[in-house]
Amino acid sequence: MSAPAVTRRLLPASATRRLPRWLDGLLEAVGLPLALLGLWALSALLSPNRYFPAPWRIAEAFVATWVGDSFFVDVLPSLGRLAIGLALAIVLGVALGVLVGSVRWLRQLVEPVFEFFRAVPPPMLVPILALMLGIGDTSKIVLIVAGTVWPILLNTVEGVRALDGVQRETATSYQLTTLQRVRFITLPSAAPQIMAGIRQSLSIGLILMVISEMTNSSSGLGYRITFFQQNFQIPEMWSGIILLGFIGIALAVLFQIAERFVLGWYRGLKETERA
Amino acid sequence: MRRRLQPVILGLTGVLGFFGLWQLAPTVGLVNAQYVPPASDVLVALVSLTGDLHYWRTIGNTLLTWGIGLGIAGVLALVLGTVVGLVPWLRRSTRSTVEFLRPIPSVAIIPLAILLFGLDRDASLVIVVFATFWQIFIQVLYGVADVDPVARDTQRSFGLPASSRFVHLVLPTALPYIMTGIRLGATVALILTVTGELIIGAEGIGRLLTQRQTAGDYAEVYALVVTAGLLALIINLIVRAVERRVLAWHESVRAEVVL
Repeated sequence: MSAPAVTRRLLPASATRRLPRWLDGLLEAVGLPLALLGLWALSALLSPNRYFPAPWRIAEAFVATWVGDSFFVDVLPSLGRLAIGLALAIVLGVALGVLVGSVRWLRQLVEPVFEFFRAVPPPMLVPILALMLGIGDTSKIVLIVAGTVWPILLNTVEGVRALDGVQRETATSYQLTTLQRVRFITLPSAAPQIMAGIRQSLSIGLILMVISEMTNSSSGLGYRITFFQQNFQIPEMWSGIILLGFIGIALAVLFQIAERFVLGWYRGLKETERA
Repeated sequence: MRRRLQPVILGLTGVLGFFGLWQLAPTVGLVNAQYVPPASDVLVALVSLTGDLHYWRTIGNTLLTWGIGLGIAGVLALVLGTVVGLVPWLRRSTRSTVEFLRPIPSVAIIPLAILLFGLDRDASLVIVVFATFWQIFIQVLYGVADVDPVARDTQRSFGLPASSRFVHLVLPTALPYIMTGIRLGATVALILTVTGELIIGAEGIGRLLTQRQTAGDYAEVYALVVTAGLLALIINLIVRAVERRVLAWHESVRAEVVL
């Protein structure tokens, strides 16, 4: 049984491959999606289903719905609120997290309360925020902040807590000012944890963006796809779902780029340690 | 002894301080007392709710949706994750599809779920399962692929059968990942269960919350938010306890005990 495996390993890789490597990789990447799309198209042709329109009808609806005015009226404001909410959550979470994480008694004082706030499922805050702040942009942004700040904050606290003792003592003996200490020691060493918190927050933020527009709203992505569903505009509804999917992917990609930028040194360090 | 007690005392002080602030802010007029009732009112509302059978039935409904959703997602993710994770060509050819589907926010499919299943628990379950599945699936996928190469080669040269390879090699390697996936999944499942109740209108605390808000009973609205928070905390505690038991042999848990 092991004989073929051995011979294969002795030959150069190219000799056993029927296809060039790049074509192989391309096939692997697009093969399944194309097959699924083909199946969907086939089933739409053979047995048309009201709720699962053919892919080309969704593509048509996508262009007709989202290319043009609607992009500026519904999509951009939604994304803007998400961006503002997330930015506020990151600034607040990291600043408070560094403060709470570096002062021991403060951490012990507020941690149970913060853990409770993190536990509350954020969608439960929608009715409360509507009461307190009305149904405008403010309450939508505050909802995103209120849901996304806790993972960032608590992760930052954890990261700051795990600060290396030698580094802390070095900072003391070099008489670094508090600001220098935060900038050059605390933040870099807590960065991996902070980024992990931000990654959790991204998906929660996207969910909250949609939810905030599904109730008490007359514009935005969440409002539009609910509107299409209530009016039985099925291909348009699907196009909205797919647009949200694209936004989710774009966010994930953006985050990966940011992470590589912020944590490049950390990955390098890990690799050196392993080697 | 003093060191052990200090965090507990400080933590209690923090909780009491929070309640004090919450009591004071509406009373002094810092926030509108009609929309933010003082802590004492909410506490009274919470206590009177606990004497109401309807309250407990509502919590039961939420937990039922949560449990069914987590169960379906967990089984699906375990089976599919194991198969895909263990077969290299499957793993490579599904990667792009997984990376495309995973970031779709589950709430985006709420309209579709309503069309297919009506304003009901089933529609809620669709979004719960969709969101929870990915959390666990990804962990299982990484877990079964993380088998130590030396251990795998040893098993191969000893000629162990596939079944014992699975029980003694794959399962112990994947278990910490699986438990992490279930812990994350349990939280996500609760968030989407509540979302389904708020937006779709499935029975549960989310729906009761909208009803109380429409009725203008704001103290009860806050009491229900507190209820949801406590529910999430309890679920988290239970999952962590299970995790510690199941992984008692594993170094990540053993290390905690030593410290």
